[in-house]
Amino acid sequence: MRIPCPYCGERDAREFSYLGDASVARPATDDAAAYHEYVNLRANPAGPHREFWYHASGCRSWLVVTRDTRTHRIDSAELAR
Amino acid sequence: MAAMKFSALSLLRHALTGNREWTPHWRDASPKPTYDVVIVGGGGHGLATAYYLAREFGIRNVALLEKGWIGGGNVGRNTTIVRSNYLLPGNIPFYETSLKLWEGLEQALNFNAMVSQRGVLNLYHSDAQRDAYARRGNAMRLEGVDADLLDADGVAKLVPQLDFDNARFPIKGGLLQRRGGTVRHDAVAWGFARAASDLGVDIIQNCEVTGIERDPAGRAVAVETSRGRIGAAKIGLAVAGNSSRVAALAGLRLPIESHVLQAFVSEGVKPLIDGVITFGAGHFYVSQSDKGGLVFGGDIDGYNSYAQRGNLPVVEDVCEGGMAILPMIGRLRLLRSWGGIMDMSMDGSPIIDRTPVDGLYLNAGWCYGGFKATPASGLCFAHLIARGVPHPAASAYCLDRFATGAIIDEKGQGAQPNLH
Ligand SMILES: Cc1cc2nc3c(=O)[nH]c(=O)nc-3n(C[C@H](O)[C@H](O)[C@H](O)COP(=O)(O)OP(=O)(O)OC[C@H]3O[C@@H](n4cnc5c(N)ncnc54)[C@H](O)[C@@H]3O)c2cc1C
Ligand SMILES: [Zn+2]
Repeated sequence: MRIPCPYCGERDAREFSYLGDASVARPATDDAAAYHEYVNLRANPAGPHREFWYHASGCRSWLVVTRDTRTHRIDSAELAR
Repeated sequence: MAAMKFSALSLLRHALTGNREWTPHWRDASPKPTYDVVIVGGGGHGLATAYYLAREFGIRNVALLEKGWIGGGNVGRNTTIVRSNYLLPGNIPFYETSLKLWEGLEQALNFNAMVSQRGVLNLYHSDAQRDAYARRGNAMRLEGVDADLLDADGVAKLVPQLDFDNARFPIKGGLLQRRGGTVRHDAVAWGFARAASDLGVDIIQNCEVTGIERDPAGRAVAVETSRGRIGAAKIGLAVAGNSSRVAALAGLRLPIESHVLQAFVSEGVKPLIDGVITFGAGHFYVSQSDKGGLVFGGDIDGYNSYAQRGNLPVVEDVCEGGMAILPMIGRLRLLRSWGGIMDMSMDGSPIIDRTPVDGLYLNAGWCYGGFKATPASGLCFAHLIARGVPHPAASAYCLDRFATGAIIDEKGQGAQPNLH
């Protein structure tokens, strides 16, 4: 698997580390139920998945990668935020 | 149709007739309109659940629905290791229940599952790791589980061929569970299928569940499948790796990510490794199959996946781990490698519980260690479905523990599935 880093170009996946689903958002309130959903519950789709990868052995940027979990095909990689 | 009974005599008789007279060992059933219980997923857990429902709880009007063929999922893809060397109170009694069930399973099923208690040895490489293993061994012994802490000499008596004086990761000893070992994985699927079918369970293959029908009160009352609608008083999900997808059919979001784990088999060699050995300074574990191949694996790939195949960085990582303790295997050729998709839960522990949807029960989150759990998982899930209350050995595996904080995190990693 190769990830097209916007700064570094296409790089081997082993240069990156994985955090997970980029679609969950930290709740604005301190409501426990909302935090439970944010920390624990995931859509876990079979198909396109927006996910955080960190380019640890490169530019050290956080990326949001869109990847198909059925084929590992990567459709896009952009800077997080 | 009662399955024929295996005995030395029956094997001899079939040998003399050239093994031409064997008949199928379970009925390949077609769906009826309704059942008392429908179990979704024909892996080890689903099959064991169906068997114990019929055998222990007298519920025989049961269908087991499998989208492919039974044994085609993780039950036929795992590296066959069974053990009960856990640390936390929620886990030890459950896995020990399972190991005890393995010990009597072949007699109960009248099926040779090749249960082989050849020992599981976890190597340690530092003083800190020795202390951690001493703690784990003590926790096990407090619960009546066997555990022996060995020093380097003790390990050398068992496996002299290890690289003890490796400069980076010298082997200082190991934690040994002698009652751990391996079990022939597909035979587990076949043995449970045969026994369940014999008790009246309908095993229905090529039957994918595509919807969960609910009545106006919200109760789950039927499943939509590729072979039509099937009504059910109760529905149990045991679809390891696909739990999020199937639960989503009832509008549920689970504390689970699906990840791929790879496994490898080398060419066959003469007897080299008696038991199961795990490397303590990286992720590598190995045993030798009865055919002679080394069966080994390591870490999950670490990103969400439903692909049933992994990538090369993990292959390299696993092989490096192998070379660190057994440099001699560097010249072996790899015969096969494959991947399986597992539910990685947020705390690394499983779920056997009711769901917020009435009539719908969940067995999920087995991570990379659910094969050893197969008989106890089936027994406890059947207990929950039949009686409506958790089996005492599985009472910690509740779904709401992620919200309440009563998580069971053996590794202490937090809600990060790829780190468990
Ligand atoms: C490479 C690898 C090595 C492993 N090694 C070990 C080990 O050494 N020891 C250990 O204890 N554990 C191990 N595990 C973990 C273990 O294999 C699993 O935790 C366990 O097998 C999961 O339970 P199961 O047998 O019921 O799963 P499965 O056999 O995967 O059963 C689930 C079934 O559900 C079916 N299904 C899915 N969706 C649907 C649907 N919509 N409708 C109908 N059916 C559906 C699937 O086709 C599948 O057959 C390993 C896993 C892998 C991948
Ligand atoms: Zn970069």
